[in-house]
Amino acid sequence: MQIYLPIAEVSVNAFLLLGLGGLVGILSGMFGVGGGFLITPLLFIAGIPPAVAVATSANQIVASSFSALLAHLKRKTVDIPMGAVLLAGGLVGAGLGVMLFNLLKAQGQVDLLVKLCYVLFLGIVGGLMLWESLRALLRARRTGGAPVRRKHNWVHNLPLKMKFRVSGLYISVIPPVVVGLFVGVLAAVMGVGGGFIMVPAMIYLLGMPTKVVIGTSLFQIIFVTGFTTLLHATTNYTVDIVLAVMLIIGGVVGAQIGTRIGSKMKAEQLRILLALLVLAVCIQLAFDLLLRPSELFSAERG
Amino acid sequence: MVRLLALLCCLAFPAKAEEIVLGLSSDNVAITTTFDGSDILIFGAVKRNGPALTGEPLDVIITVSGPLTPLTVRHKERRMGIWINTDAVEVDAAPSFYAVATSAPLSQILTQTEDLRQRISIPRAIRSVGARVDNTADYTDALIRIRSDEGLYQVRENTIDFEEETLFRTEVSLPANLIEGNYATRIYLTRNGAVVDSYDSVIAVQKVGIERWLYNLAHEMPLAYGALSLCIAIMAGWAASAAFQGARR
Repeated sequence: MQIYLPIAEVSVNAFLLLGLGGLVGILSGMFGVGGGFLITPLLFIAGIPPAVAVATSANQIVASSFSALLAHLKRKTVDIPMGAVLLAGGLVGAGLGVMLFNLLKAQGQVDLLVKLCYVLFLGIVGGLMLWESLRALLRARRTGGAPVRRKHNWVHNLPLKMKFRVSGLYISVIPPVVVGLFVGVLAAVMGVGGGFIMVPAMIYLLGMPTKVVIGTSLFQIIFVTGFTTLLHATTNYTVDIVLAVMLIIGGVVGAQIGTRIGSKMKAEQLRILLALLVLAVCIQLAFDLLLRPSELFSAERG
Repeated sequence: MVRLLALLCCLAFPAKAEEIVLGLSSDNVAITTTFDGSDILIFGAVKRNGPALTGEPLDVIITVSGPLTPLTVRHKERRMGIWINTDAVEVDAAPSFYAVATSAPLSQILTQTEDLRQRISIPRAIRSVGARVDNTADYTDALIRIRSDEGLYQVRENTIDFEEETLFRTEVSLPANLIEGNYATRIYLTRNGAVVDSYDSVIAVQKVGIERWLYNLAHEMPLAYGALSLCIAIMAGWAASAAFQGARR
């Protein structure tokens, strides 16, 4: 069944979109990621214009993150003050990101920027995650004990300190604001929630306990991607509500299946799988940039 | 058919020797949610105020042109190991859709000069002036190639049934990736490579129903539209969470 998307102005198979949403939903259920880093490139491949894909992914992430956040709120694993500080940076970052996006769109370099961002960040995060989980797996085999984390690093010596009770931290607000800002820019440019950057940054840079990291990251992602959606809707008119609904329906169903698969697997195994997936997307996009494209020309309206 | 012919012969106007009478299977195309392209039957007849002229054969060319929009065509080059957009050519006006159907190979029934004057063939239908790059032709060629691959530019030679040099009919298939607007439909009668008569008509393509409503909302009240998409997302997220909890209990 074909469905005509009113904003993207293309006709796409409805089951393809439901399937894409479902696939990404399964992954986000399994790994606890928003899945934006997968859905945006997949939408490019499905023939959705890049600007629409980026803006609509942001909207879809709001839905999946909100659903997950409710579960975390119930378990009281959300550090709201920390989330608010991250958010302050995130909103500024999202504004900057949309400005950057529009500037580069006018120069015809937006595809390049988005793809470069993907290759760079997916490569770094995928590589680090694979390295970390392989090491954890080896260590667990050798000693069977949990790794010991360093208590203090340079982050703890900055001014403007604030108490974060849920995380049990007393640190400067500068690092969270900077992390939030950075993730906000990425959210706007790449159409992702930025969880895959945020989560490691919170654990390794801010030293937050792992159990509150995902809930807090979700809390701020909802607001940043929500804000990004509004900005794209008002400045570019590129949010396609029909596309978003199709992805959301697929994603909601997929997330339930994914959670069930995820609960049957070990954490290290899950992380290695996720790392491999991230690296696979990264390599695919890198090839697109490095290999000679079959069509050297491209046309766009305007 | 015979009666129609007879009628056409009777209606003798003392204007041109040969004139076009046109019919369209539909003069508007509604883009609904399940829109998957549309075939339009274009048919008509040649009206004469005397017996058919003998000698050089008469031919028919039909063009359907979507709204003209400005375009930017970009060219990729390898810089520092990666392929990036370098040069660009601004095309002043290119039809979003263009189909040419003919009753004989185009080159045989239309001269270059007449094509230049009437802008019938695809390269002539694209207007680009003031380009900054020397090899502008490469860019227009590329544009035609890209749009032909997407089914947006079609050259369909010999697809018009032209009976007895009087009745003609053809079908133009509009693809699913259409944009809104008035699609100018032109019929040309040619003889000896020159246009004898032409006739203009319009097919209106527009979104209807919910497609229309959403598109208008997105452009006229973007903030409300953005808020609506967020509301849907939040509601869907909440519903999913509630359903999930229900399933676990």
